[in-house]
Amino acid sequence: MTTVHERVDTFHDNDQKPVGYGRMLRKEDPRFLRGRGRYVDDVQLPGMLHLAILRSPVAHARIVSIDTSAAEASPGVKAVVTGAMLAQQNLAWMPTLSNDVQAVLATDKVRFQGQEVAFVVAEDRYAARDALELIDVEYDVLDPVIDARRALESDAPLIRDDLDGKTNNHCFDWETGDEAATEAVFARADVVVSQDLVYPRVHPAPMETCGAVADYDAVDGKLRLWSTTQAPHAHRTLYAIVAGLPEHKIQVISPDIGGGFGNKVPIYPGYVCAIVASIVTGKPVKWMEDRSENLISTGFARDYIMRGEIAATRDGRILGIRTNVLADHGAFNGTAAPVKYPAGFFGVFTGSYDIEAAYCKMTAVYTNKAPGGVAYACSFRITEAVYLVERIVDCLADELGMDPAELRLKNFIQPEQFPYTTKTGWVYDSGNYEPTMRLAMEMAGYDELRREQAEKRARDELMGIGIAFFTEAVGAGPRKDMDILGLGMADGCELRVHPTGKAVVRLSVQSQGQGHETTFAQIVAEEIGIPPSDIEVLHGDTDNTPFGLGTYGSRSTPVSGAAAALVARKVRDKARIIASGMLEVSVADLEWEKGAFHVAGDPGRSVTIQDIALRAHGAGDLPEGIEGGLEAQICYNPSNLTYPHGAYICVVDIDPGTAQVTVRRFIAVDDCGTRINPMIIEGQVHGGLTDGVGMALMEMIAFDEDGNCLGASLMDYLIPTSLEVPDWETGFTVTPSPHHPIGAKGVGESATVGSPPAIVNAVVDALKPFGVRHADMPLTPSRVWDAMRGQARPPI
Amino acid sequence: MQVTMTVNDVEVTREIEARLLLVHFLRDVLGLTGTHWGCDTSNCGTCVVWLDGEPVKSCTVLAAMAGGHQVRTVEGLAKGAELDPIQQGFMQCHGLQCGFCTPGMMMTARALLDRNPDPSETEIREAISGQICRCTGYATIVRSVRWAAVAEAQAAAQVTETTESSEAGEIDNAGQPAEAVA
Ligand code: FES
Ligand code: FES
Repeated sequence: MTTVHERVDTFHDNDQKPVGYGRMLRKEDPRFLRGRGRYVDDVQLPGMLHLAILRSPVAHARIVSIDTSAAEASPGVKAVVTGAMLAQQNLAWMPTLSNDVQAVLATDKVRFQGQEVAFVVAEDRYAARDALELIDVEYDVLDPVIDARRALESDAPLIRDDLDGKTNNHCFDWETGDEAATEAVFARADVVVSQDLVYPRVHPAPMETCGAVADYDAVDGKLRLWSTTQAPHAHRTLYAIVAGLPEHKIQVISPDIGGGFGNKVPIYPGYVCAIVASIVTGKPVKWMEDRSENLISTGFARDYIMRGEIAATRDGRILGIRTNVLADHGAFNGTAAPVKYPAGFFGVFTGSYDIEAAYCKMTAVYTNKAPGGVAYACSFRITEAVYLVERIVDCLADELGMDPAELRLKNFIQPEQFPYTTKTGWVYDSGNYEPTMRLAMEMAGYDELRREQAEKRARDELMGIGIAFFTEAVGAGPRKDMDILGLGMADGCELRVHPTGKAVVRLSVQSQGQGHETTFAQIVAEEIGIPPSDIEVLHGDTDNTPFGLGTYGSRSTPVSGAAAALVARKVRDKARIIASGMLEVSVADLEWEKGAFHVAGDPGRSVTIQDIALRAHGAGDLPEGIEGGLEAQICYNPSNLTYPHGAYICVVDIDPGTAQVTVRRFIAVDDCGTRINPMIIEGQVHGGLTDGVGMALMEMIAFDEDGNCLGASLMDYLIPTSLEVPDWETGFTVTPSPHHPIGAKGVGESATVGSPPAIVNAVVDALKPFGVRHADMPLTPSRVWDAMRGQARPPI
Repeated sequence: MQVTMTVNDVEVTREIEARLLLVHFLRDVLGLTGTHWGCDTSNCGTCVVWLDGEPVKSCTVLAAMAGGHQVRTVEGLAKGAELDPIQQGFMQCHGLQCGFCTPGMMMTARALLDRNPDPSETEIREAISGQICRCTGYATIVRSVRWAAVAEAQAAAQVTETTESSEAGEIDNAGQPAEAVA
């Protein structure tokens, strides 16, 4: 078949590396294209039973009684289990990733609509669902806490009476920065602008819902668990702790995953129920949640109510940023973030600007809503931080009458200031912001767009141009600072070169579509000269890969990618010694090029990596002290996070008659350091931009005053389709990370972080003729309509 | 009840519950797990298969209703070792990431090209608008479908050229049967 490329990107990649990096088609694609992907729900085991979960219909209630007798008598039913039964085994509660506890099955009370109450195990999916209908639960309904602003009022109902001595709904307080210094710069600033902002609750909603197949073998005591997890090793350790199973007898297999976006980081009660069910029944048990269950009970994202304040000089020099945040954590603190970072990496809210002082104070509360908080490609809450800073910078530009691009350019951290320590203590590794911004403006035709906008305004047409510039903090993280439930956030990697010069690399991270089988083969290929097609990448199976914390927070390339490069270098170092023996010269006289060592000054005398692999496994002599084989394993502990950045420009048109927003153009220039596979990078960016359109214009998990979730299906929780998004325009600059072995920074979440403020800024810009300075997401037609009439209101 | 249908050119007969959905019949009974399931409300389109050549959401069709009809799934898209141009287009243009929406997207796209061999970007976007992809942002899916359209047009042009010059053009250079690109 002839290769055809109809559309050629304006900005070409210039990576010309021989074997490693570049636009390479994905190695994993053929199985997906033929319908041969292997997702959790595709696993069918002999004798397998099906599990379905009964969930609470109300947000807050005391459980008076549960009658399971009719369900037990239903055809095909093998077991019905309640919280009281789990409590007898001490399994009714489990730890969350934030050192809180969460009910596996409710015993005393239900605390959010959709909470797990009981489960049925039956011979097939339909029989299990039938029996759920027959479980009779009597609830004593209690007043719920739905509005986070009222959670701490003295008469608010107490949600977490399971916690010893708890008398209110307070979850935690957190602060960062210097309050007094910030107060001082605000006191002397010419201009202070403040704005209330809501980042509403949204949901990652991967197309594959969460699920598991548990297969416990009572004879050898081994548990095999196929599950939709982004962090198979961390989950294995936690199951060992929760269920008391010995860790070496637990194998977590995370096969192909149909999208994660953070939704598949936490441990959900359903996984634990499947394990319990397999142990109880002695059979393999499958649990797959339906879409409603996914939307109402699994990890939500955001839900920050923020006040942002910015202080500046009259000529547009930003002096300080201050924020006060009320965080809604739902009924259990299930946030998946490093333990010392209860607000994730929200501390980077100072953005890309060189300012004098900053301060944040945050209060987190419990409400009668599903737990979660860190999910949906947020880089541990950097979505919220970037939205805050980029929105208030636009408010400041408006106040000063300055162009928002000019204001940003004037305040950027300058290239010579890196490594740059922010006023909240983050050490940005590298950056060169102005060229990135200028490229985005050039691609957009920024001045021309402003002219067009002026003309349209004169004709009462609504067109808006929005800018966002972000700095991300990804690749968590240095183990001295970052751990999840005591597990340091390092990642292992193992590389084996076989006798014929083919290789297998084993990763601790796990792909949910990011293309690891290709990218990691390219990283290793670049270092060791074996073509990517000859390198098998294994991941997602704890019995067959080294320990590590998994794929989320854009950490695969920054952490595991570094491990892959370094393990390849370790193998190459050994290969060099073997080559010196084969060529009978000292190692210092060898030069490495394109997969071979040759004698310096004599390129004709050389041995390839394949020759060396054969010698390493062969019968011939090896240099003194060198063992046979050609393999290595390492564990990489990053010395710092990496800090990608980017400049996004969005152009919207708004229909004045319907208030419908159309994203006409979106220009995204990303700098993620060294680029491994530009095709995959662009794909990651495109996906994130689409998330941004969803959050800015459509998506919200809303609740009524009784705590009923109003976003419980894809009819109510709107996700962008092909009709709501434009053809993306992407560009790039390259500022390598100085501490990452190949200079890569990670890109998986950049676009999700950077795009919402660009879109909201564009909408607000379009609405300027109406005197609008801010309108909260989601900017649905009715909410934009209200804003046009001076009635913009927060969504919650 | 008993149901008989033709799935990917093979006739199958099975004893089923009357309420069994076609998506579960394909996946759980026949083991054709390339067709996926992603919602309860007919919104996601990960379950799209063909019923008598028309794309349908198999979560919204009872297996019993497919009795006596022709069903085609993603497993029946390639011709043996040769991927359909749509499949090749998705690979060439990075039209898939996690791959979960991909089978449904490809079945819809193949049906589109069968009735409109030269669709515009807008026509492609409209054709797939009842399906959700959470990963790709759609632009690469649109490009994938255009890639296949152009590839098929070129293959057809080659066939015509060969036919005109040698009068022997059953199979084009890429090994595509002529009728596949007609
Ligand atoms: S499973 Fe979602 S439309 Fe069929
Ligand atoms: S590729 Fe993941 S949903 Fe489309």
